[in-house]
Amino acid sequence: MPRIVFDKVEKSFGSVNVLPPLDLTFETGEFTVLVGPSGCGKSTTLRILAGLETVSGGEIYFDDRPISKLEPKQRDIAMVFQDYALYPHMNIAQNMSFALRLGKRPKSEITAKVNEVAETLNIRHLLDRKPAELSGGQRQRVAMGRALTRDASTFLFDEPLSNLDAKLRAKMRTELAEMREALDKNMVYVTHDQVEAMTLGERIVVMKDGVVQQQGSPEELFKRPVNMFVAGFLGSPTTNFIAGHLTEADGALRVQGTGFDLPLAPELAARVRDRSDGLRDVVVGIRPSSIGLEPTGAQLELTTKVSEYLGSQSVLVTHCGDQEILVELESSDRIQTGSTLSYGVNLSELMLFDPKTEQRI
Amino acid sequence: MTTARANRFTPYLFLAPAALILAVALMYPIGYMVYASFLDWNPSQTIGEAEWVGLRNYVNLWSDAAFLESLGVTLSFTAVVVVIEMILGVGLALLLDRELRGMAVLRTLFILPMMIAPIVVGLMWRYMYHPTVGIFNRTLKSLGFEPIPWLSDGSWAFASVVIADVWQWTPFIFILSLAALQSMPRSALEAARIDGATGWQITLFIKLPLMMPVLIVTALLRLIDSFKVLEVILVLTNGGPGLSTEIMSLRISRTASEFRELGVAAAMSNYLLILLMLITMAMFTYTKIQERRTAAQRAASEEA
Repeated sequence: MPRIVFDKVEKSFGSVNVLPPLDLTFETGEFTVLVGPSGCGKSTTLRILAGLETVSGGEIYFDDRPISKLEPKQRDIAMVFQDYALYPHMNIAQNMSFALRLGKRPKSEITAKVNEVAETLNIRHLLDRKPAELSGGQRQRVAMGRALTRDASTFLFDEPLSNLDAKLRAKMRTELAEMREALDKNMVYVTHDQVEAMTLGERIVVMKDGVVQQQGSPEELFKRPVNMFVAGFLGSPTTNFIAGHLTEADGALRVQGTGFDLPLAPELAARVRDRSDGLRDVVVGIRPSSIGLEPTGAQLELTTKVSEYLGSQSVLVTHCGDQEILVELESSDRIQTGSTLSYGVNLSELMLFDPKTEQRI
Repeated sequence: MTTARANRFTPYLFLAPAALILAVALMYPIGYMVYASFLDWNPSQTIGEAEWVGLRNYVNLWSDAAFLESLGVTLSFTAVVVVIEMILGVGLALLLDRELRGMAVLRTLFILPMMIAPIVVGLMWRYMYHPTVGIFNRTLKSLGFEPIPWLSDGSWAFASVVIADVWQWTPFIFILSLAALQSMPRSALEAARIDGATGWQITLFIKLPLMMPVLIVTALLRLIDSFKVLEVILVLTNGGPGLSTEIMSLRISRTASEFRELGVAAAMSNYLLILLMLITMAMFTYTKIQERRTAAQRAASEEA
């Protein structure tokens, strides 16, 4: 299992620059999720790693071996595609064994391997069928099986769950998580779905316009996003961003805006003071889950417009002055639509951003 | 009549003109031909004066050496051109299925021969095959080779008409193959690359099998067409020298006009018609089997 290093990898399609020089490292045996909105270059990164696209500049190393000129077959990778990419004219067993048959492995070994993988994925009874005779979920499993049969060192997943319905997707997500534990392989997983990224990734790489915004564990990214993009992209419902300005009263820093006036937690206040640029205007970021009914000493007056019942949780769409704020509450806390209540904000989770650079303070 | 009943008849009303034209322009001549094939009929007689001979025309044809020769020529011509055209057409499509500069122009150029009227193609090739002033023999001569009797030697004449037909109809297979290639799921080809298949292996194990349904129908269409070929050969060799390039349609036309045996010509036409119907039915059966298989697979996937 190699350690994979992207060294200033660039990619342009004609005059369109998809990846500006990209530096990225995938540690041995790590499950890395590349996540970002469509067009952020995550799929291109994966396809370059697979060898399906050439690089326009830079080099990729597997350990110390440069591989950017190698054909996909020389890279020891397996890949699961978004549309499964099964061979329509072959039955499932033939689909799964294609690579081994090309590799001229002995027949008994091929049969044994296919059966073993089919057993673990629970698709043994499908081996004689053609892909067209399978449901979406089964095809997905076969695509996974085809990759597993290869026994490659690195597994690449290109949005493998996005063609499945919500229920099946959740199920396959769990199975993937199990697979991640069971297999000691490099895995690179591309998705635009932040839930998949958070639940599957040991390490998440958030990309936007070909640039890595932040990488780290799901918790790190959720709790300490570096900028507004990451804060807004990860977490559901999405983070509230409100315009505010900093004031100082009795030696304590506060952030004020239309309809709110909140004190800053001491660490945050210290970080603000450390800045030398005398920043006054800021963007306040509050996660919907950081707002609750319990008083915290930092209160917000919010008028509920809509209450979305989601089962155990409810999401309130509220207004604070003229700005919309989402609040996530236990469903047992019934809030009347139209009512104005005082909510407590968990100050330690409050984030401030520089409106010009969008970086977190 | 109620509106509902009137509505039920409307489609038939709209179909009636087409049905009438078909009956007059297609069914009547075919019926006429089938009837004529049972007659000993000379063009100077009206059809009513012709003598009824039953199946004699059909039976006699099997001992008619010239007919058998012509049948043989037709079968070998068809087999040779379809095989060559399939190989060239599919090969070209595989080569040209890529993004290169000027590919659009190239593709248009490739399908140009198909757009030229067969008579013109025949004339064009006749000039090129001309023993003294034709471009082939002039080129051969200037390179110091012996001129080739393109149209005056039996075997060469057969080769010459094959070349002209291949030149004209390879593009047909080329465009259909290209369309099949371009509608192929790209990701399956990429998956094959990841699975370690070389370019040849992808062609052999993925592309060709996936193209097969289109290729089979294309081959059957070409088969039907090449059985009916007439103009190019008529202009190039008129069936000669000897009977070396006399395909069925030429034989039929000569039997009717030169030998003045309308009944025999009709019987020959019917043999050709039966042959073509068999191929057409094979094609329809094949498409139907394909459709049924797809439907069964769809049903299975919905059940799964």
